[in-house]
Amino acid sequence: MRDFKDTALLQVEGLTKRYGARIGCADVSFDLWPGEVLGIVGESGSGKSTLLSCLAGHLTPDHGRVLYQGRDTLAMNEPERRVLGRTDWAFVHQNPRDGLRMGVSAGGNVGERLMAVGARNYGAIREAATDWLARVEIDAGRIDDRPRQFSGGMQQRLQIARNLVTGPKLVFMDEPTGGLDVSVQARLLDLLRGLVRDMGLSVILVTHDLAVARLLADRLMVMQGGHVIEHGLTDQVLDDPQAPYTQLLVSSVLQV
Amino acid sequence: MTDHAYNFAYLDEATKRMIRRAILKGIAVPGYQVPFASREMPMPYGWGTGGVQVTAACLTPEDTLKVIDQGADDTTNAVSIRKFFERTGGVETTTHTSEASVIQTRHRIPEEPLREGQILVYQVPIPEPLRFLEPRESETRKMHALEEYGLMHVKLYEDIARHGEISTSYAYPVNVEGRYVMDPSPIPKFDNPKLGGNPAIQLFGAGREQRIYALPPFTEVVSLDFEDHPFQASKADHDCDLCGCATSYLDEVITDDRGGRMFVCSDTDFCESRRSAGHRGRLSPEEMA
Repeated sequence: MRDFKDTALLQVEGLTKRYGARIGCADVSFDLWPGEVLGIVGESGSGKSTLLSCLAGHLTPDHGRVLYQGRDTLAMNEPERRVLGRTDWAFVHQNPRDGLRMGVSAGGNVGERLMAVGARNYGAIREAATDWLARVEIDAGRIDDRPRQFSGGMQQRLQIARNLVTGPKLVFMDEPTGGLDVSVQARLLDLLRGLVRDMGLSVILVTHDLAVARLLADRLMVMQGGHVIEHGLTDQVLDDPQAPYTQLLVSSVLQV
Repeated sequence: MTDHAYNFAYLDEATKRMIRRAILKGIAVPGYQVPFASREMPMPYGWGTGGVQVTAACLTPEDTLKVIDQGADDTTNAVSIRKFFERTGGVETTTHTSEASVIQTRHRIPEEPLREGQILVYQVPIPEPLRFLEPRESETRKMHALEEYGLMHVKLYEDIARHGEISTSYAYPVNVEGRYVMDPSPIPKFDNPKLGGNPAIQLFGAGREQRIYALPPFTEVVSLDFEDHPFQASKADHDCDLCGCATSYLDEVITDDRGGRMFVCSDTDFCESRRSAGHRGRLSPEEMA
C-alpha cells in the first residue's frame, strides 16, 4: 500500500489557537497535497485568518503540529522558518499595501526575494522582474513606477509576482480578491488559475467569496466559530452541502 | 590650561569605563552595533556627541588629538571639538595627520595613510544602514542577527533603475568580514577602499542613536555592489587647483556668480603639506621669487 503520509506537502494535526477564553481556531487537521488548492471558507470571525497565520508561522498556535515536507515548522528555529518564508513559501495579503514595499519600484519589489536569496546580478534580476511583470499582465514600461501609482488590481497582481518570482511550492492567500471590483476580480482569478496550473503550486486560499472558492479550489473546508464543520471536494461541498451552516452559506449567495 | 572643574576629558571615569566596554565589544565583533548609554554632552546632537564620547574614552594625557570636519581642520565643528579637549583634557592637538595619535573625523578619512597605533573616531548620525528601508528597529536587529541583507541590495537596485548607476555617493554600505553590513558614516564612497585593511583602529560613535561600532586593524571590508555594476570609488574629475594633486578627494568651491569655480582638496592638512613641499595647482598664487 502506498504511504500517503510521505507525499503530503503540508500536514496539519490538531491545530488550536485561543485568544484568552475565545477560540481562534480549534482542533484543525488536514493534509495538503502537491499541486492542490485548498479553499477555506466561512464568515468573518470564523477563524480562517487565524488558521492561515498559524500555518504560515505568523502566529504561534497553542496546540497541534504543522509538518512541511515532514519537517515540523513550529519546532523549527526562526532563521530556518524565515528562510522557508522567502524560498518555498509565499504569502499573498488581502491588502497589497501589507505585502508590497510602497516606496520601492515595481521591479525592486519583484527583485527583493531574488536578492534575499543571493541574486547579485542586476541584469538577471531586471530580466526576471520584466518577465514576471509580463506574466501578471503589467506593462513592462511600468517597471520603474512605484506601486503607489498603480491601481488596486495592478497592486494585487504585483504582489503576486513578487511572491512567485522565487518559484515557491506553497502559497498562502488571504482574500486575494477582496476589495477589488468584479471585472478586476475575474481577471485576477483567471491569472491565478493559470499560474497555479502552470507552476503546480499548492495553495491554501482563505476567502469568504464562494465564487472564488468554486473557481480556484480543488477542496474546500468550511469553518464556523473556529471549528471545521465540513470538508470535501469543492463541487461536492457547494452542490450538496451537508452541514446546516454550509447550506445557509451556499443559499446566501446572490444569484444574478 | 586644563579646566580643573572637570575630570580628564570631561566624562567621569565610570562613564568612560562603560564606553570602553562598548568599544571593546565592538572591536571583538567587527561591524556589530553595540548599544551604549550615551551621555548628554555640552553640544547639540548632530555635532558629534557620539564621536566626542568615544574620543573622550580613548584619550590619555599623552595623546595628540586631531579633529577634522569634512577633511578640514579649520571649520567650526573641528575647532570647537579641538578646543573642548584642550580645555577639559589638556591634551596636545595638531592638524598634521602623521603627528596625531587620535583623530576624530566627521565624514572623511585623511588622505595620508594611517599607521598602526593611531585611532580614527568617526561621528555617525544614523548607524543603521537598513533604516531607510526598514523603519522598525526590532526588525532591523533581527535582520542583522539572521544576516538577511537582501534589502540592502534593493536600495542599490533602485539606484541603478532610476539613475543608470549606483548613485549612492556617501554612507555607502559595506560588508565587514563577510558578516555584518555596516554604515561607514557619511564618508564619500571615495574613502570606502581605505576602510578595509587599515592599520589604524577605526571606531564609530553615534550619540543620539546610542550605538558604537568598530573596525579593528586590518579588517576585511567590502563595499556592496552587483556583479554587472561593480563598486566604483568616485571623485570629481579634476586636479586640486591649489596643490595640483590628481588623486585626492576634492571640494567644489563657487568663486563668483558667473559660474566660476575651483576644486580644492577637502583634506586641508594634506593640501597644505603638498603646497609647502612646492606643489602648485592651476590657481596657485604666483611665486614671490
